Amino acid sequence: MRQVIHFAAVYVLWVRELKKLFRSPSRIIGSLMTPLLFLIFLGFGLKNMALPGTPAGTTYTVFLVPGIIGMGLLFSSTFAGLSLLMDREFGFLKEIMVAPVNRISIVIGRILGGTTTGLMQAVLILLISLIFGMRIPSVLAFFSAIIFMILIAVAFIGMGLVFAAKMKDTFGFNLIVNFVIFPLFFLSGAMYSINNLPTWLRTLSYLDPLTYGVDGMRGALLGISTFPMPLDFFVLLFFSLIMVKLGAFFFERVESA
Amino acid sequence: MADAIKVESLVKRFNGFTAVNRISFSVKRGELFGLLGPNGAGKTTTINMLSTLIRPTSGKAYIDGFDISKNKNEVRNSIGMVFQEPALDGKLTGRENLYFHAMIYGLKKEERVARINEVLRLVELEDKGNFLVEKYSGGMKRRLEIARGLIHKPRVLFLDEPTLGLDTQTRRHIWDYIKRLNRDSGVTVILTTHYMEEADFLCDRIAIIDHGKIVALDTPKKLKDVLGGDVVRLEIDGGKSEKLAKKLKELKWVRTIRTYNGFVAVTTSHGEKRIPELIELGQQMKLKIKSVNLRKPSLEDVFLHFTGRVIREQEGSPIDMYKAVMRARGR
Ligand SMILES: Nc1ncnc2c1ncn2[C@@H]1O[C@H](COP(=O)(O)OP(=O)(O)O)[C@@H](O)[C@H]1O
Ligand SMILES: [Mg+2]
Repeated sequence: MRQVIHFAAVYVLWVRELKKLFRSPSRIIGSLMTPLLFLIFLGFGLKNMALPGTPAGTTYTVFLVPGIIGMGLLFSSTFAGLSLLMDREFGFLKEIMVAPVNRISIVIGRILGGTTTGLMQAVLILLISLIFGMRIPSVLAFFSAIIFMILIAVAFIGMGLVFAAKMKDTFGFNLIVNFVIFPLFFLSGAMYSINNLPTWLRTLSYLDPLTYGVDGMRGALLGISTFPMPLDFFVLLFFSLIMVKLGAFFFERVESA
Repeated sequence: MADAIKVESLVKRFNGFTAVNRISFSVKRGELFGLLGPNGAGKTTTINMLSTLIRPTSGKAYIDGFDISKNKNEVRNSIGMVFQEPALDGKLTGRENLYFHAMIYGLKKEERVARINEVLRLVELEDKGNFLVEKYSGGMKRRLEIARGLIHKPRVLFLDEPTLGLDTQTRRHIWDYIKRLNRDSGVTVILTTHYMEEADFLCDRIAIIDHGKIVALDTPKKLKDVLGGDVVRLEIDGGKSEKLAKKLKELKWVRTIRTYNGFVAVTTSHGEKRIPELIELGQQMKLKIKSVNLRKPSLEDVFLHFTGRVIREQEGSPIDMYKAVMRARGR
């Protein structure tokens, strides 16, 4: 199979995703709801939690912001990847499947579309969190955080694609939410520093790509991180590339019914 | 020049279940060809293989001379597709759906709008182009899909159950579009249907497909001629139709006999002259004849002749109707 990227198809998939998003504001609001509830209630409820190793004056809410952004990206990106299967059998994508477009271009289009919508959600959460005392230290910090957001999105869309290829029904969908997404979320240290975890759990955290994403964003925005930021960046980059490759591989091999 | 479609012993199995069982046929350029068969016969599966959506288990097929397994890209460039289930994007307008399609097929910018206007005019949706597709009726969606399938000037157009779930009037309209389109632009059309009248009205040639096999293939006229003359159908009370059928077998002028649901259908020439004879025979046998019906053979009779079943048996349950309507609405 020729691996030339079909730019028109990638562009169409991307623009279409954006148009659809802007035409259903309820979808944008809906996607912000859960992260904001987490942020507000955990932020207030655990206001006095001790945060060892953070500069004085860092509130729990502020500590939580990168974690909640990571959570939002984890969920929306995994679903964006998973839904490729549904779209392929029912929606507009089915039409693209019989068009002279190679599969890799469809995968790239979906990743681009999913990343853009995920990024918008993430930036909106970041902006709203300014109300709760969050501060963005510099333009550089902002863009470093954006890079981590993009990598998280790409990584988990790729993961979603891999699962989509292996999944047969909605039962599998629930399984993935409960046995993959939630554990990844809790292990990532989105809600606390992983240094508080017992060693065996912390070892698992090291295997969770979201850990590096959240840590990287904290490093960029708050100046607190468990790992050096370049390490966060490269681990996450590596994981993203692998996931995209795997996702594309499986997507090309599975035929639709 | 190669045939528009050439199919050689095509097979598709799903986990051991054979959905399409060694079918072969070819479609000439410019022909309007139909695959007629009941639900589950394997029509969609066949279309999906020919359009490169799924891989055949074995066998070969060529579209416009291109191998569906080896030259996927060329095949995809040559075909237009209208799926059984609507595959439009409801959150986009009609024009946007068409525009994206035109881009994907590599139409030049200047060409796109011109072609979109052209196909919208063809299916009479010019004034609805800027509405969101989710606001379209079932018939409008179908027409838009047909329009979309034509934008890139395919040489072969696939239509999978083009009028499924539409009301009679809309169905007639769509028939007109399909016929006109095939006549005016010369595009080869292959359509699937389980509506007899549709196949009869539209198709130059029909392949009757049942349980994944082609049981007959010819022009509608020749298919009906196989039965010869007229069909006389008697409705017999109290499940005695078999009894009558047995007796009728002894008569020389009876060409074929079928029984189903309490009916006995015989084909014969000069059916009108045989009716009194049939009624007399029934009375001698002390059978209660509830109704008599004389007509020219339809494709329904042809299907019955070749498969021993009527297509209609399998459709028309409330659940199926509901599903069909939901499908046409596009979820
Ligand atoms: N992906 C699939 N997996 C298993 N069986 C399938 C699949 N697709 C179709 N079938 C079966 O193959 C048969 C033919 O289906 P289909 O081609 O859709 O029939 P038609 O379009 O003539 O109604 C049916 O019995 C159907 O259940
Ligand atoms: Mg079908």
